[in-house]
Amino acid sequence: MSFSLLAAETLYQTHSWFLPENAEIIYGGISSVLVFSALGKFALPLAKKSLNARSERIQAEIDSSRSAFSNAEDEARKIRTALGDIQGERARLVAEADAQAAALLAEGRTRIQAEAADLEAKAEADLANAAGRVQAELRGEIIRLSSIVVDEVVKTSVNASAQQDLIEQFISNVGAAR
Amino acid sequence: MSNRIDAYAGALADIAEAEGVIAVVDRELHAAASAFESNEQLRSALTDQGIPADRRQAILEKLLGNRFHPLTAQLIGMVVGAGRGRDLPEIAAKFGQRTASSQGHNVAEVRSAVALTEDQQNRLADALAKKTGAPVNLRVVVDPKVVGGLVATVGDIVIDGSIRTNLDQLKSRLS
Repeated sequence: MSFSLLAAETLYQTHSWFLPENAEIIYGGISSVLVFSALGKFALPLAKKSLNARSERIQAEIDSSRSAFSNAEDEARKIRTALGDIQGERARLVAEADAQAAALLAEGRTRIQAEAADLEAKAEADLANAAGRVQAELRGEIIRLSSIVVDEVVKTSVNASAQQDLIEQFISNVGAAR
Repeated sequence: MSNRIDAYAGALADIAEAEGVIAVVDRELHAAASAFESNEQLRSALTDQGIPADRRQAILEKLLGNRFHPLTAQLIGMVVGAGRGRDLPEIAAKFGQRTASSQGHNVAEVRSAVALTEDQQNRLADALAKKTGAPVNLRVVVDPKVVGGLVATVGDIVIDGSIRTNLDQLKSRLS
């Protein structure tokens, strides 16, 4: 702005084509000091604040990522633990199933053996009963037939003479006994 | 039932006693009862209510006819005519007990497979009297089931010398 004002009013010849005028240096230096001071007073805290905020945000994001990572690791550990538990549970279930199957098998074997023993005992008892029944029936039949035979033999052998002998014997026995 | 039999037996005994033939009637009544018991045909003819009473009495007269004392035949005819033919054995037994009791005797029922002679009956009566301590009126029942020997019953005393009983005991031991 100072150049344009100078150009508009008058054309001046400086003492050096390279170096500015002393006043310019002085004013320029003062202005620069003021500007930098202002910048140091006002802009730098803002920049620091902004940088700090950014740093905090980045730190927060890092912390968040770290936390997410930690959570993910925890989750992974849980999953691994759960997987281990599942395998353990599977092994336990298999072992339990094996134990139950073995118990059932043993129980079934015992029951079958007991039933077989019962059946055998019952069969033996039935056999013994049947044998006893047959023997009793046979004995009864023999007795019945023997009785018939004895009856017939006795009836045919007791003739008139034997009848009289029996009567006389009866009378004698009754008369003799008191 | 028992009262009726007692009443019939008492009535017959009173009539026989009044006529003075109680011993004869007693003996003949017992013989008729034995025949009644052992002869199914006779029992059916005399107890069949389908046969008129006069017809049954005619059968009796024909059967008993000249063999029994007329009073005995009439008394049996009265029992059968009254429809009490089935009770004749019990009436005869009760009659015998009354008669024996009135004489101070016991009644001895003797079952035999064959008939006993008069001599055997007398000797058996004497033997039973000796054993029981009182005279007995003998009632002989011919029962083929006895097979052989005799069974005598005097009151509560039973003297069993029958082959039937021996056979039964043998069967019992076998079984």
